Amino acid sequence: MLDILQARWRQGFRTVLLPVTQDAFPDRFRGRPIIDSTKCVDGCRACVDACPTGAITITAPAPATAPATATAPVSTSAPANRVTLDLGKCIFCPACVEACPTGAITYTRDHRLAARTRDDLRITNAEAPKIAALDAAMRKLLGRALRLRQVSAGGCNGCEAELVALGNVVFDMSRFGIQFVASPRHADGIVITGPVTHNMRQALIETYEATPAPRIVIAVGACAISQGAFASESGPVSGIPPEIPVDLFIPGCPPHPLTVLDGLLRMLGRNES
Amino acid sequence: MSAASRGTVRVRNGGVVALGALPPLEPDEFRAVCGVALTAGGRLVALPAFALGTDDGRDVFAVIANDDESELTVTRTRLARGAGFDALTPEFPEAQAFERELFEDHGIIPVGHPWLKPLRQAHLKTDAAQHTFFSVDGDGIHEVAVGPVHAGVIEPGHFRFQCAGEDVLHLEIHLGYQHRGAERLLVLGSPARRIAVAESIAGDTAVGHALAYAHVIESLAGVRPPLAAQTIRGLALELERVANHVGDLGALANDVAFLPAAAWFGRLRGEFLNLLMALSGNRYGRGLVVTGGVRFGLPSDMRQAFTAKLAETEADLRATAETLFSSPSVSSRFEQTGVVSDATAEDLGLVGVVARASHVARDARRDHPIGIYRFVHIPLALAETGDVMARAVVRWIEVQRSLTFLREQIAELAEGPLRTPSTAADSFAPDSLAVALIEGWRGEIAHVAATNGSGDLRGYKVVDPSFHNWFGLAMALRDNAISDFPLCNKSFNLSYAGHDL
Repeated sequence: MLDILQARWRQGFRTVLLPVTQDAFPDRFRGRPIIDSTKCVDGCRACVDACPTGAITITAPAPATAPATATAPVSTSAPANRVTLDLGKCIFCPACVEACPTGAITYTRDHRLAARTRDDLRITNAEAPKIAALDAAMRKLLGRALRLRQVSAGGCNGCEAELVALGNVVFDMSRFGIQFVASPRHADGIVITGPVTHNMRQALIETYEATPAPRIVIAVGACAISQGAFASESGPVSGIPPEIPVDLFIPGCPPHPLTVLDGLLRMLGRNES
Repeated sequence: MSAASRGTVRVRNGGVVALGALPPLEPDEFRAVCGVALTAGGRLVALPAFALGTDDGRDVFAVIANDDESELTVTRTRLARGAGFDALTPEFPEAQAFERELFEDHGIIPVGHPWLKPLRQAHLKTDAAQHTFFSVDGDGIHEVAVGPVHAGVIEPGHFRFQCAGEDVLHLEIHLGYQHRGAERLLVLGSPARRIAVAESIAGDTAVGHALAYAHVIESLAGVRPPLAAQTIRGLALELERVANHVGDLGALANDVAFLPAAAWFGRLRGEFLNLLMALSGNRYGRGLVVTGGVRFGLPSDMRQAFTAKLAETEADLRATAETLFSSPSVSSRFEQTGVVSDATAEDLGLVGVVARASHVARDARRDHPIGIYRFVHIPLALAETGDVMARAVVRWIEVQRSLTFLREQIAELAEGPLRTPSTAADSFAPDSLAVALIEGWRGEIAHVAATNGSGDLRGYKVVDPSFHNWFGLAMALRDNAISDFPLCNKSFNLSYAGHDL
């Protein structure tokens, strides 16, 4: 017993105190990407072609002058392309950064990525996605005690492992009154990971239906949001069914535990803590 | 590549078989050649079927490891849907899942297989005969069904226990819920997509599967990564091993309610993930491995920081492991729980930690060294009792040996280029088959890829160590109390996604 106490003393206090800044992450950490379209070269699609999940789209601006003829050089003074990066599809690999000839896309160490709507995940500049807290009634119900049931529906155990890590002494999600529970009957909402395989679709729907209303749904990771690396037209995955409306999207592959925690706390209107 | 008996080719790990030198055998001859190789101490690594020709037929390959000789025997037959050969399973139980897969995915019939129940699509099939569960009848016999949605934050699978009171007579493990079509995407996807899929075969083994993928692609492309890259790959693979083993020790402590060690190991696991993040930008090492090398190196200031962090963490780990292994209440739960005999481990072809805990000496780092492991040897860790304690002890020994490897390799890390030009790995040798084995933290990861006459990638097979080992968990539960299932399950800690692909 004394040995255990001695070992406990040795371990010290290890919990991360919030809020954290970018300095909490190593230099190479790939957090929120930012785009500077003014650096784009006309006609360049290197990032679009390099992206493994089709997360980047470029819309050419409406031509300001008469269209250039086939032989005339493209005007360099034309307004820049509009580059859109879908954080819901992004798997945070370095492919686009490597492919870009002008450094127009870079990763920051900002871990805050979550959004309340799918559309808010599509970013075009250096701004973080917007996130609105739940309404006052839901905050009153869930703001101080949130119980969640996790459903892995084709998740590779990357997101799942990070959700488990939220319970350890470092991230200690339970200090905010948030816990995972064993039964959907005890839950205020579900957390979905994975691209939703055909073989898990029914179990996911039944778990959702078994969760008493009002309930919230949280999609964690690129797979749950967009099927990620497994998106394909004829594959055995189909994404979260439309009858399960998602209240919070947490991008990443997998998202860092602090990214998940940040999304949960801001949804609960508790980012001030 | 060396010549062996007729209709077989022997290669080393990472080798390429020119398919012109390996004409298909008749099915019964194929079966006989496999039988001879398996009887002579061989071990089934993969049994893939690829559509390499222009018709609907399948080229079926058997990849059999000769661990003592560090060689892989490859043989081949050609079969149409509905055709088959005498099943290997009755004589070599290690083939059971491989032959079920052949039947399920390609309609090839292993004649005389005891039960061709589908591995991944069972609950979608309408054929009731394929859909049933093994059941036990008798007084006081009852059945417990668990899953696919479990109580914890864990991947889905269905477990069906046949019990007499508390005792488990039989456990049937019914998977497939995680099937995402990974192998199909590894053939059809762009190069950038393929490596992202490889990293997601099992997200806790992103480095291991990415390395196996990189090795088969590099073999087909004739590319060899620079030495510095091979060292960085080894560092990442061992960091992944340490992180997972430490996490498993914590999870085992948690399942016997020894919470101090559970909490401390849980934190210490994160320290190793954070080192992987410092190296690669991602806690699981994603984005590090590319075909032809690695993206990131370790400059000297990072080497110093890594060395200091490893020393500090190792001291905390030792104190925690001491606390765990010296606790009588832990020993009483770990010992003689979930025993897998060495004979069972051999028969089922178990791999990795689970095999070594049952005194089956196999480790691809030693038996089939590739990359840095050709130059640096990590001693194999063996235990004898085959119980939860043995699986915990093997993990702890492997953690210590990997830490030694990390310390030495970081100190000696050579400067130099980290990758070959990226375009070099995009054009493949035609009519070729490449095999790579990587000893991931769970055990042997095998990837097999094949090209057609035009050099197009036409077939890709992934064998996660879990594919071998799930049946071992079922055997471990026999004659154990059902209440020990979580502990036994944690001591195997197998991948659902890696099995279901």
